[in-house]
Amino acid sequence: MRRLAALALLIAAPLPAQAQDYAEVALPDPAQEAQASRLMDTIRCVVCQGQPISGSNADLAGDMRRIVRERIAAGDTPDEVRAWLISKYGDWVSFKPQVKPATLPLWLIPLVALVLGIWLVSRRLRRHH
Amino acid sequence: MSRKLLLWLPFALVFVLFAVFWLGLKNPDDRIIASNMVGKPLPEFSARAAMPDRPGVTSADFTDGKPRLLNVFASWCVPCVREVPVLLRMQQQGVEIVGVAVHDSSPALATFLAQNGNPYDRIGLDEGGRAQIEFGSSGVPETFVVDGKGRIVHQHIGVVTEQDVPQLLGMLGKAQ
Repeated sequence: MRRLAALALLIAAPLPAQAQDYAEVALPDPAQEAQASRLMDTIRCVVCQGQPISGSNADLAGDMRRIVRERIAAGDTPDEVRAWLISKYGDWVSFKPQVKPATLPLWLIPLVALVLGIWLVSRRLRRHH
Repeated sequence: MSRKLLLWLPFALVFVLFAVFWLGLKNPDDRIIASNMVGKPLPEFSARAAMPDRPGVTSADFTDGKPRLLNVFASWCVPCVREVPVLLRMQQQGVEIVGVAVHDSSPALATFLAQNGNPYDRIGLDEGGRAQIEFGSSGVPETFVVDGKGRIVHQHIGVVTEQDVPQLLGMLGKAQ
């Protein structure tokens, strides 16, 4: 493990001298990279729709990954970056549905269905006893 | 009888739900993503000059009171070739067209403009697609109508054809 880490360091060490292209290269800070990649998994590619930008080969997806990593590195929170992208492309660009009046049914219907189901089942059970 | 029907209702609803899912899988969602920036001020951006004889593009160029077309294109974009004659005719009618070339290079653009003509007063190189993402544009070609105050009033997605010209001219006339 130690040797592996040393090897990784050896490979990575010459890189910071050059400009990093964050479209393909992870952020040096693992915590920030984890934040960025969690976010990139939930941002939809506007070219190859249905794919997240983390797994798309489209140029525009690479451009978005670069901006996402740069903004996270600059201290933006993932929610701020998501909101920025939504301000450009609309809710559609995010795989994570927002909580707002128009999406309330999405969040409430499962709850209503669950309550209704429990009520129906409990009624039937009571009748048997 | 109606009680029995009521009991089947949840099953029917679930069946309908799965039918909808199945149809969704059969017809994958492949839609045009409209920009969320229409109606908002042109965001701050700058794209350095692509050609030696024409300036680059910044958001500040759009606030002098004159409405313009902002054309997002690329020399590698095949359909973009088809709209150049239409853009040239609009330019002859006094429309100022600003080009932002996405993922492009000056030599490739020089060839493209020499072959097809140059309808642009300014051409900026959009490196890394930064301006394109600022506009909320999801592909090339796309054409935005920007009013004299620098507000995006319309987004045209895809090739500008002869049929689109009256609408665009109308918007440019209105968009003072």
